[in-house]
Amino acid sequence: MAQIELDHIRHAYGPAPKSDADFALKEVHHTFRDGGAYALLGPSGCGKTTLLNIISGLLHASEGRLLFDGQDVSRLSTQERNIAQVFQFPVVYDTMTVYDNLAFPLRNRGIAEPDVDRKVREILEMIDLGDWAKRKARGLTADQKQKISLGRGLVRSDVNAILFDEPLTVIDPHMKWVLRSQLKQLHRRFGHTMVYVTHDQTEALTFADDVVVMYEGEVVQIGTPDELFARPRHTFVGYFIGSPGMNVLPVSVEGARAKFGDAWIDLPDRPRGPMGGAIELGIRPEFVQLGRHDGMPAEIVKVEDIGRHKIVRAKLQDHAISAILREDEEVPSEPRVRFAPEAINIYAGSWRVDYETEGEGVSA
Amino acid sequence: MLELRNVSKVVSGDAHVRDVSLTLQHGSLNVLLGPTLSGKTSLMRLMAGLDQPTSGAVFFDGADVTGLPVQKRNVAMVYQQFINYPAMTVYENIASPLRVAGRDRETIDRQVRRAAELLRLTPYLDRTPLNLSGGQQQRTALARAMVKNAGLVLLDEPLANLDYKLREELRAELPRIFAESGAIFVYATTEPHEALLLGGHTATLSEGRVTQFGPTIEVFRQPADLVTARTFSDPPLNTVELGKSGGAFHLDGGATVPAPESLADGRYTIGFQPHHLSLTRAGPAAVAVRARVGVSEITGSETFIHLDHAGQRWVLLAHGIHHLATDEVIDVFIDTRHLMVFDADGRAVAMPAQLMA
Amino acid sequence: MNRTWNNRAWFMVLPVLVLVAFSAVIPLMTVVNYSVQDTFGNNQFFWAGTEWYEDVLSSDRFWNSMARNLAFSAIILAIEVPLGIFVALNMPKKGWGVPVCLVLMALPLLIPWNVVGTIWQVFGRVDIGLLGYVANALGFDYNYVSDPFDAWVTVIVMDVWHWTSLVVLLCYAGLVSIPDAYYQAARIDGASRLAIFRFIQLPKMNRVLLIAVLLRFMDSFMIYTEPFVVTGGGPGNTTTFLSIDLVKLAIGEFNLGEAAAMSIIYFLIILLMSWVFYTVMTNVDSEK
Repeated sequence: MAQIELDHIRHAYGPAPKSDADFALKEVHHTFRDGGAYALLGPSGCGKTTLLNIISGLLHASEGRLLFDGQDVSRLSTQERNIAQVFQFPVVYDTMTVYDNLAFPLRNRGIAEPDVDRKVREILEMIDLGDWAKRKARGLTADQKQKISLGRGLVRSDVNAILFDEPLTVIDPHMKWVLRSQLKQLHRRFGHTMVYVTHDQTEALTFADDVVVMYEGEVVQIGTPDELFARPRHTFVGYFIGSPGMNVLPVSVEGARAKFGDAWIDLPDRPRGPMGGAIELGIRPEFVQLGRHDGMPAEIVKVEDIGRHKIVRAKLQDHAISAILREDEEVPSEPRVRFAPEAINIYAGSWRVDYETEGEGVSA
Repeated sequence: MLELRNVSKVVSGDAHVRDVSLTLQHGSLNVLLGPTLSGKTSLMRLMAGLDQPTSGAVFFDGADVTGLPVQKRNVAMVYQQFINYPAMTVYENIASPLRVAGRDRETIDRQVRRAAELLRLTPYLDRTPLNLSGGQQQRTALARAMVKNAGLVLLDEPLANLDYKLREELRAELPRIFAESGAIFVYATTEPHEALLLGGHTATLSEGRVTQFGPTIEVFRQPADLVTARTFSDPPLNTVELGKSGGAFHLDGGATVPAPESLADGRYTIGFQPHHLSLTRAGPAAVAVRARVGVSEITGSETFIHLDHAGQRWVLLAHGIHHLATDEVIDVFIDTRHLMVFDADGRAVAMPAQLMA
Repeated sequence: MNRTWNNRAWFMVLPVLVLVAFSAVIPLMTVVNYSVQDTFGNNQFFWAGTEWYEDVLSSDRFWNSMARNLAFSAIILAIEVPLGIFVALNMPKKGWGVPVCLVLMALPLLIPWNVVGTIWQVFGRVDIGLLGYVANALGFDYNYVSDPFDAWVTVIVMDVWHWTSLVVLLCYAGLVSIPDAYYQAARIDGASRLAIFRFIQLPKMNRVLLIAVLLRFMDSFMIYTEPFVVTGGGPGNTTTFLSIDLVKLAIGEFNLGEAAAMSIIYFLIILLMSWVFYTVMTNVDSEK
């Protein structure tokens, strides 16, 4: 287990990168603390897999250093870095038994057979495959195979980190819940440093202590799930996290009020000026309130009843807006829309602007 | 109207589809919901005419089409993999079924442009599919299926290979796109959430059998049996087996839930959704139950708390962010207004509405 | 797997069935016919029963040829399969080297049998052949016409040169279908080069290897043209394989009955051996 330090890392696939656009991964400078659970979240092509490959040693970053517990491993091979990885499609050694699969990494390292046996049995119990030890790995289901992949990392008590590359892609929804909670329990029990790459916000948020949101090769925000939800630093984070994503409306700001079309919206405080670029107001559908009396008149376009809540798609002064209503809430016939002031964020040029009462630099 | 009458498909002794009868109307969206290997793809292949049923018959608009091969039927399919002609432009890809049908140039142009507009592909018509994102590639495949003007459009997990957010966007557009056409749409998915967002009708599948078919939200709220309820729950349905006597269900630990008088005494399974289980007493209809805390998963605005109640795995969905200590034993509250009750055979006996009455 | 049943499709297969009937089944029946009768020309036939078969099976000549055939196939498989795998493992997986290697590998396969024979016949000659001349100039006493060992070496090297490519191409096809993640996982697990071969590459090549072994066995067991062209079965009878012997018997000695019986036995042996290979290899496959 180790602390992973990304020291001014940048990567370009082509030779001699000149402009910023040549970098598939723009500068990352961050430390993953020992025993933390991190998720790299973003759409395809955002650079998250590039970053994971740099950590695993599959790629060597064109610039910057990678340190495990203070030791420079930038030039080391995957083996020498002593990490474990679970891939998108399950990788098991088909011709071996489940037991031998788990024993493989230990035997390769010349560990004495009694120690191998003890460790493998311990992990088999932990991943609920004790009864399957003697079976060939090839006939197993996708979720069992993924557990074997993970198990091959867990048997090595000295791994620096366990990396996950979209590990639940081929798993059925019901098994995802089981695997996710087992993974969390294992993390709690062993305290490995874990880095998990995914495009699925639910997986990222439920897995990680800290989520790294990436967009077009750049880290746009690193934060806890609640920070990302309540205070998205960039409109992309607001859009990418949450279902539906955050509503973003063009406004102009005067003091502690925002003007949207011909309506005035109260803000929790005065945004800290000066503000450059287009000014926008962000409000999550969870905090858009539909009532009969207060607020701006809106036109309902569609109501999607998805069981535990309703998603209301509406038009507010020619802008599409989404609201979420609880299961038992009614949709008013002539609705008026209000935004919960404390949930409003203001953006200038797509980046969040701090309110005056917020401390310097704590805009996470 | 597509009608399946007692259709079964057995492949070397394995029943892939078991005695399925379904009637699908023109202009309708029908979701086939079930886990991997539940028979969704097998059923679609039977509908398309790619396979022949072992027994039973398939009718299209009243005519028996059971033996008719797929080339003779008017069917379009979209797959999980993005299947386009890599050497053709998007325009030619969309136009290909029309060219095969021998339409004149103006008709082709008009229809291609209309489909491209509907699927937001207009700016990419001159590109080849490999120069597009996954979402755009799948839109191209969808557009091609749309212009074919087929009576039956089959979509086999079309969004499964897309990013979460792209999936969300395309999923929101699909019902509108479908509404433009008068075809019968059949949409296979493993995700309950997707079925709910698409709406329409849903057939839940389990081990080759259609366990229930009806308007999506009704199947979700009033499943006919335990298998359907489980298939249609994500997070997984919370269940507990218990006994009923003297007008109440008796839970472990002494808690009771009022039960309708009409119900015979005996063993039952009750089921409830994670959001009908809470950390605080929501109202007079809430019953306290003791459970041991597993892990908590925070999604930003909500927390999924995994619980263990008498060996049953439960999930509780709470608003806001809660950090609970693992292995702590706490009181949780079941909202009894939304209970589902199943008898010993797994048949639903008392639905929420009846229980409330 | 389970396609729509289409009765018309059978009409499409009909021409092939007719063709196979004329080209294989009917000649085969003729051979069967000859093998149980004796003839002295003039369309006079006498029932011979199993006599020819008994003659063949009790002749040393047959068993000697058979032993040479088995030895040849064993040597060929023992060289070409490992060599083919080895070459395939070392071929580039991407980049400009891929097409170059593939074309180089495919070249020998495109050359007709008798041309291959002629090439080596000339190549190995002591007087004008490059190989023969150089070998002798270097002090090796190489002469495939007079030395049985040299004759065998020549025939084997020729077959290896001609057919190893087939094994290479088949194995290569199996290798490139292995996803990168397997190699990465093996590196992470600290697997040695040998372990990667044993637990990833070999299992994934299983099926193509089966095909390669079957093809190479059948082909090498039926070897005729090349040794016929190069050595003509000599020196003495040392490179006389069953096929060469068969031709000698049928055309050289006009012993049709015995030749027919021999070809039936020959055919059955190939069938039996192929079946054994197939069963053994598929069983190994399904056990895992």
